[in-house]
Amino acid sequence: MSADASGGVNVRQTAAHQATGSGTDTLLQTDRLRKDFGGFTATDEVDFGVDEGELRCLIGPNGAGKSTLLKLITGTYAPTGGEIYYDGHEITALDPHERVRRGISMKFQVPSVYGDLTVRENARLPIQRFADGDERRRRVEAAIEAAGLTGYESAPATALSHGQQQQLEIGMAASLEPDLLLLDEPVAGLDVAEREAIADRITRLNEREGIAFVVIEHDTDFVGEIADEVTVLHNGDVFREGPIEEIEADPDVQRIYLGEEQ
Amino acid sequence: MAAETAGSPGSSGSPGATGLTRLRRRFEGPNTVGNSRGFWIGFAVAVLALVAYPFAVGSYQASRFSLFLVYAFLGLSLSVVWGYAGVLSFGQVVFFGVAGYTFGVVSVNFATPLGITAAFLVGVVGGAVMAAILGYFMFYGGVRNVYVTIITLVSTLVLHTFMAQTAGDEWTIGTAALGGFNGMPTIPNLAFGVGGVALTFDSIGFYYLVLALLVATYLGLRALVNSDYGRVMVAVREDEDRTRMFGYHVERVKLAVFTLGGALAGLSGVLYASWGNYVSPQVFELAFASLPVIWVSVGGRKTLLGAVVATVGIEFFRNSLGGELAFIFVGALLLVFILGLPGGIVPWVHRTYLDLRGEGDVSRPDPAEGAEVTDS
Repeated sequence: MSADASGGVNVRQTAAHQATGSGTDTLLQTDRLRKDFGGFTATDEVDFGVDEGELRCLIGPNGAGKSTLLKLITGTYAPTGGEIYYDGHEITALDPHERVRRGISMKFQVPSVYGDLTVRENARLPIQRFADGDERRRRVEAAIEAAGLTGYESAPATALSHGQQQQLEIGMAASLEPDLLLLDEPVAGLDVAEREAIADRITRLNEREGIAFVVIEHDTDFVGEIADEVTVLHNGDVFREGPIEEIEADPDVQRIYLGEEQ
Repeated sequence: MAAETAGSPGSSGSPGATGLTRLRRRFEGPNTVGNSRGFWIGFAVAVLALVAYPFAVGSYQASRFSLFLVYAFLGLSLSVVWGYAGVLSFGQVVFFGVAGYTFGVVSVNFATPLGITAAFLVGVVGGAVMAAILGYFMFYGGVRNVYVTIITLVSTLVLHTFMAQTAGDEWTIGTAALGGFNGMPTIPNLAFGVGGVALTFDSIGFYYLVLALLVATYLGLRALVNSDYGRVMVAVREDEDRTRMFGYHVERVKLAVFTLGGALAGLSGVLYASWGNYVSPQVFELAFASLPVIWVSVGGRKTLLGAVVATVGIEFFRNSLGGELAFIFVGALLLVFILGLPGGIVPWVHRTYLDLRGEGDVSRPDPAEGAEVTDS
């Protein structure tokens, strides 16, 4: 937000060019996005882009700034500097709920379904904002079914297993029919079968409904299973971008993951 | 709105009962205790007992009891704000007091039925506006959690200091002197009407007015917390960031609920001022400011019924004991409940009742989990 005026104009032109430019359409583009916490720089002038319908994984060692970047995109954090463009418009100053209404949603790292509400009430919460009556009922049942929670409708959400909560939460975010869904470690702490189910779910939402994803994940097997493209963050900046095979083979990436600092 | 409540009773019930069932469904849902036929029968019996109460004890006792019913609005205001939207306000008495003083100033200046009717409305609106202003700066200024509690508490103490120094002649508004620490006496009884057609409410009349308002408010709030909006309130209480990610404007929800809480506390304050014909800075004292928190904690903050039952019950005992002993009683009660029964008494009774019957609430299709959810 503190970018100088001349820089802002240039950036806007760049973003507009990218949005309407050749080949795939850019859905999201950050421009020199920076976030300081006191003296610590969590993201350092990050230029990060996502195309429409893309499934991109975001990896990097702990403290690389992955979660911060997602929270900047959703507006949970206000950036110290830089801009965010979404669908050809600057959204840097928009409130989180306004960004959601434009098509961005996010599932935070900690499963945070509403424990005091039942599964059905949870599923209903995002849907009630735009659907009523039979339409709402249909969507709610569909969301519960897609999360594999048929039969649990009246159970309190806290009674669900960790994996079921993740499924429910992804289902709640997906029921908003976003264009971009940000997932922060959706399979952390899950067993193999649950991982498989989540991977299927993400792939299906991406392929059938065209939702673009940014998924933070540590497990390279999981990343390889779902992602087209990978972005590696390191020390708050983009370190590498490319297909998972290339990234995995990259000696520099291996070095930062093994902690041999430069 | 609340028409498609989870597992609603009667969706497959007998056709004869549909009208009543449909009406009932509006007031039922997982956000309130008491979603069974048995509850509503009990509710009706309790209301009838309260209607009969003045006949049994006479007008003096009924008038004394009406104060406890007046406080119930204050308890409800905190239950909605804290129990449902998760905003622990220590300043509900601010809106109570501001409304009381506003009612006093307007009604003393315009002591006709029409003037008093206007004073009633202006008082309630005054409480709401005060809450809206304070809430706007807090919530849109990013103040959260315990800092809201501290700011509301400080607001209470600031008003206490301010009103206590309004003794001089310069603190006279029209013919109404604010009176500093001694407060404002000679506030008229509540009256509604225009010119010759007027209803004045003293002792028993006042009791019935308050009872009717309380029943209506309780039912209205039940409908609210079980509606779509109520679900959003609970979601805000549970996780603000998550709720934003579903496209809800969390600050606006909190402001709206806080303003409603201000109106309810204001209603309580107006009724209080007209009940005792008096209001003083004592309503902003720390001891009084803590009472709503105690009522609601003891009753169960996530239940509207708990707020009403505990407010009336505690005030009845406190008033009967009187003096220092009452403070010890209330303090002990708070400690016991925070340590032993943090969810409050009404959810506990409800859960125990369901356990004894060996079944869940009939409105809940999943009995094993019913008690846990309605606990909230």
